[in-house]
Amino acid sequence: MISFLLRRTGLMIVILFLVSVIVFALVNVLPGDPALLILGQEATDESLRALRAEMGLDQPLVVQYFVWVGDLLQGDFGQSFRNNTEVSSLLIQKIPVTLQLTVMSFAVAILIAIPAGIISATRKGTLWDSSATVFALSGVSLPPFWLGILLIFIFAVTLGWFPPSGYVSLTENVGLSLWYMLLPAVALGVRLSAELTRMLRSSLLEVLESDFIRTGYAKGLLEKSVVFGHALRNSIIPVITVSGLQFATFLGGTVITEEIFNIPGLGQLLVQSILTRDFPVVQGAVMFMAFAVIFINFTIDIVYSILDPRIKLTGGSN
Amino acid sequence: MAQVEETHLPKEKIENPRVRMWKMMFGRLFQNKLAVFGGVVTFGLIFTAIFAAWLAPHDPTEQNYSAVLQGPSLEYWFGTDNLGRDLFSRVIYGAQVSLQAGLISVGIALAIGVPIGLISGYYRGFLDEYIIMRLTDAMLSIPALVLALALAAVLGAGLTNAMIAIGLVLTPNFIRLIRGEVLAHREKEYVEAGKASGISDFKLIIKHILPNTMAPIMVQATLAIAAAIIVEASLSYLGLGTQPPDPSWGSMLANGQGYLDSAPWIALFPGFFIFLTVISINLFGDGIRDMLDPKMK
Repeated sequence: MISFLLRRTGLMIVILFLVSVIVFALVNVLPGDPALLILGQEATDESLRALRAEMGLDQPLVVQYFVWVGDLLQGDFGQSFRNNTEVSSLLIQKIPVTLQLTVMSFAVAILIAIPAGIISATRKGTLWDSSATVFALSGVSLPPFWLGILLIFIFAVTLGWFPPSGYVSLTENVGLSLWYMLLPAVALGVRLSAELTRMLRSSLLEVLESDFIRTGYAKGLLEKSVVFGHALRNSIIPVITVSGLQFATFLGGTVITEEIFNIPGLGQLLVQSILTRDFPVVQGAVMFMAFAVIFINFTIDIVYSILDPRIKLTGGSN
Repeated sequence: MAQVEETHLPKEKIENPRVRMWKMMFGRLFQNKLAVFGGVVTFGLIFTAIFAAWLAPHDPTEQNYSAVLQGPSLEYWFGTDNLGRDLFSRVIYGAQVSLQAGLISVGIALAIGVPIGLISGYYRGFLDEYIIMRLTDAMLSIPALVLALALAAVLGAGLTNAMIAIGLVLTPNFIRLIRGEVLAHREKEYVEAGKASGISDFKLIIKHILPNTMAPIMVQATLAIAAAIIVEASLSYLGLGTQPPDPSWGSMLANGQGYLDSAPWIALFPGFFIFLTVISINLFGDGIRDMLDPKMK
């Protein structure tokens, strides 16, 4: 167990290191001179050179990388080029917004997937099952931005039940905040729910064929208690694994969903900073997202190894 | 005499077994109604994309200020946008952009991913375990859309660069898939036999292992085309993919979002076609998977 923990932690550190190299390399081949960006076109050569020296941009890339990582490890993400704010304070400001979207989308996904998966597995071959399968198939093919626009068109523009875009923070007004965030959460959650429905159906079908289920029926248990008390619990593990693996795709979805609904979260920050070449913010936001993905998969692996001692470390986090 | 033989021997028995296998597999594919639907629509879209110049009634970039924001009509089947451009023609040309983006970016991913996956899986060792696999782990930890966005920003906006960016983002998936397949095959007898008979590693990998891994690669490639189309549309929606005035479903959707209350068709038609394309390719890909391996579900 301890060796598993150590190896898994080591693996996580290696992957994080490689992610930092990729992110650093990406941003440093971006065209454009940061000093010129900050000072504007009229800047003199001298002031440009002075600023480059101040920012460490005249150092070799390897040195710049280690300075950057060193700062990162101390929680210093650098400063935004655009408005001189700390990247870390920008991130702290935006993360709760994206977190709210994430939590609500997962809630939507689970609320759809669990009943849909149970119905289609226990009523295999019926109309219920085929409707759930068709839902899962079309849900997987619905890009969040298209579903988002469709939802805006139907529920905001035509019916007027929801605001077409915007954001109210939870601390300001809980009810209004949830109301604003519902359409985005559905737009993002449906795709995940489709994926989870598919997974839960096949996993549940497999479990329902095991001996202990037959025993349950044989001793006269109701279908309800067999399914909810025994089968569901045993079929949920692969579903959680899939949610972990889907988390990266999911975070990508938040980026575009935030753009569509004009939600001031991490994704919108990232898109804006990419479009305006605000490198420190791009680096910070991408690093944070990758860290979230790696950490979630790490946690899932660790929790499993505790729950199920048969699971051994065999590969990477993905 | 020949006549007698024909009547006594049922046709299947003298049929080439390979032909029979293909017949059986395609029989399975054609029984799957959803896969047939997916295949028909996919090939319809490919046809549309190839013959866009003949099928489109108008020039997709031609602006007609006397016909701005018009609803669907006989003249303009899907209506016109805020610049008076014919949406039907733009959707047709958009199919060209989307399919091209899907095919080329998956082509790039295959061109890089297949050789790396083959070498990594066949030779194993330090390079495989500590460099290639961990790099794919790292790349897969960054959301695909985010990585594609960053790469597209590095390379500069535009369809060509977007396709390169998407291709690079898809590559780690192929490396992992092919490596896994090779790992499974390298222990088999036919590989042992090849080695024993003294053929070179290169020949063994290219002529014997690679053909045996084609089925999963084909399935994954088909499904990856659908994923690539979504990413291209997302990049174009955000302004980093296809540049105006060229028609891309993603940028048409972004443009149409501002007119949802007055001219919803601007967004709804391209959006519907993104969905139709992606679901068709997914259904077709699932069908091919079931065709090649009925046990995999």
